[in-house]
Amino acid sequence: MSFHGPAFAGTTAIAGIGATEFSKDSGRSELRLAVEAVGAALDDAGIAPSEVDGLVTFSADTNPEIEVARSLGMGELTFFSRIHYGGGAACATILQAAMAVASGVASVVVCYRAFNERSGHRFGTGVQSGFAAPTAENAQFSWYAPFGLLTPAAWVAMFARRYMHMTGATGEDFGRVAVADRRHAATNPAAWFYRRPITLADHQESRFIVEPLRLLDCCQESDGAQALVVTSLEMARDLRHSPAVVRAAAQGSGAGQHMMTSYYSGDLLRLAEMEVVARQLWGSAGIGPADVQTAVLYDHFTPFVLYQLEELGFCPPGEAKDFVRDGNIELGGALPVNTHGGQLGEAYIHGMNGIAEAVRQVRGSAVNQVPDVEHVLVTAGTGVPTSGLVLGVDR
Amino acid sequence: MSPGTREPSLSAAATWSAPDPVNQPMIRHFVEAVGDENPVYVDAGAARSAGLPGVVAPPAMLQAWVMRGLKATQELERARAGGRGRAGTAPASAQDEVLARLDAEGFTSVVATNCEQEYFRPLVLGDHLSASSRVESVSDEKKTALGPGRFVTTLTEMFDQAGELVAVMRFRLLKFRPAAPSATTAATSAGATAGAATAGAATAGAAAAGAPARASREDLGAGMRPGPVLTRDNAFFFEGARLGKLLVQRCSSCGTLRHPPAPSCAACRSLEWDAVESCGRGVVYSFAVVHHPQVAGFEYPLVVALVELEEGTRLVADLEGVAPADVRIGMAVEVGFAPLSPEIALPVFRPSAPSRK
Repeated sequence: MSFHGPAFAGTTAIAGIGATEFSKDSGRSELRLAVEAVGAALDDAGIAPSEVDGLVTFSADTNPEIEVARSLGMGELTFFSRIHYGGGAACATILQAAMAVASGVASVVVCYRAFNERSGHRFGTGVQSGFAAPTAENAQFSWYAPFGLLTPAAWVAMFARRYMHMTGATGEDFGRVAVADRRHAATNPAAWFYRRPITLADHQESRFIVEPLRLLDCCQESDGAQALVVTSLEMARDLRHSPAVVRAAAQGSGAGQHMMTSYYSGDLLRLAEMEVVARQLWGSAGIGPADVQTAVLYDHFTPFVLYQLEELGFCPPGEAKDFVRDGNIELGGALPVNTHGGQLGEAYIHGMNGIAEAVRQVRGSAVNQVPDVEHVLVTAGTGVPTSGLVLGVDR
Repeated sequence: MSPGTREPSLSAAATWSAPDPVNQPMIRHFVEAVGDENPVYVDAGAARSAGLPGVVAPPAMLQAWVMRGLKATQELERARAGGRGRAGTAPASAQDEVLARLDAEGFTSVVATNCEQEYFRPLVLGDHLSASSRVESVSDEKKTALGPGRFVTTLTEMFDQAGELVAVMRFRLLKFRPAAPSATTAATSAGATAGAATAGAATAGAAAAGAPARASREDLGAGMRPGPVLTRDNAFFFEGARLGKLLVQRCSSCGTLRHPPAPSCAACRSLEWDAVESCGRGVVYSFAVVHHPQVAGFEYPLVVALVELEEGTRLVADLEGVAPADVRIGMAVEVGFAPLSPEIALPVFRPSAPSRK
């Protein structure tokens, strides 16, 4: 790693956040959701659409940059990019926007993700490889779909079983992540599960989806959109809110990487892609796990939250079960995780709503505000090529 | 994955009203015919105790309510016979036009492949439905076990008397050009059957549970258990499985084994490869027991294992012949094969006989 870190670290910031409501049936087009969220994020920053010159989204998003730009009356764009690998793209949208700003390619870049993932195409229904074109991307499903391993829950379950076998973690340990998320969502009016906390017993009584994963180990499916505005730190300082400084941002793909099915080498106890991200984040931010007051850890499935606690250095390998047993990930604990309720509790917006929560924690405006926040860690989708962020207060 | 080619010209919708409202006599005939004894379909008291407003229709009856009936269907047939392809005659529906066009392309045979229904509320006595149907997509030409063909997906939306959407149905059929029976095809089918018989014998203990599922899978053909996406890099594996061999790709230059297959060797970058036949024995490295969602072609709960072969590579495959609660990491397993279609077979593992441990 470079001693000085990348040029964007400490010189760029998230200056605005905006979202639609989070629901199960938005009743609107995905494009309209994107337009509403991008507009709200610009209003939050106090920036006019005409000042935007860059847009970033996921390759999985259905809303082209030019549609969003035309709808909002943006003018010319000089930077647009889309990031691949599903939810692994979330923090990378900020990384690529910050790189564009720091290099002078663009000055105001909006990152967005919008979908009707509950009322429209649901990822949880499974892949249908039989009708797919013979591309390498589709062909990978040949090793899973014909055998009935059709969904992200099923792909992750294979890891989780091995993890339990080797570390002694139990289904209850996975459940403690769900309980923490739902506790935090219960006091967040924007969360789908507002005022609906669960107990560990509720978790243990929920039905198996793919053993060892139960229903309450799996994130929601949601309709909604989230957008975030990235500018230079200098510009952000003149805008409406105190900047959430991009201290570090990184992407990572591990050796032997597959799409949530990196089963073929290693011991299935590590997330190699997150190790690549963690090493870069701590290196370029010049801080370590002890310097983070709260974290947003991607929680599509609870077991991978335990993996991440280990991979990011919050506890030694194999000891996340003890870390979560001690209540460390709840409000008031050593590392409150997913204070908005996470994707189990607030909404599944492919990780982008978690970045917005990190911004609120840095601003000091979160509904479940953690005291004395200096740095917030955010991660993106796990088991796939992924990304991460460290946001900090402006000092 | 791909929803197929969308053709905007196909989107004209046909709409019609159900001939009868949702009614008790039709429901009674239906539940008696299928042997469904759930009282909420016939007894208002039982329905209310279950938290329903009153007697409800079985969800599976959905399509029955909007079937046009014999007379209207005969009139439609007559209009088709007299007017197909000619301007100024009775208007054919968009679906009729699509099917006629596919007939003209030589895809003269048809088989229904699958039907998906989504219900937004239970239907109660007195509901009077109307339906709006359109062709949603027509796929590119596909190679199927039945011959080359194109999949046609029809989307039907059902509304109640207040105009509220109560259910949607996607019905997919395959219009195909039947393959002429030839010596080669006959030989291939015979080979596949023989292979299936061998696999059945090899997995004798599992056969009782496994065989009926496989038979129905074969009968229904396309649209059942999702098949592999074959490419020039991976087809050898499934060809091997059809012949009853579990193949592992091997670098011809340095001998390194690899799975899943790839076009080059990560160890020495050689593009040359062949495959070796695995001894078929390994251990369960991890496993998952699938309960939801339940997809046609599988039996649930479904045990899927990550098996580490004696040769050192790992692969995912179903594990049969052992109850989900009895599966253990480290359990010794050995391979058999199960046909998915006349052209495709899949490896399937079962616990090794104790004597071989």
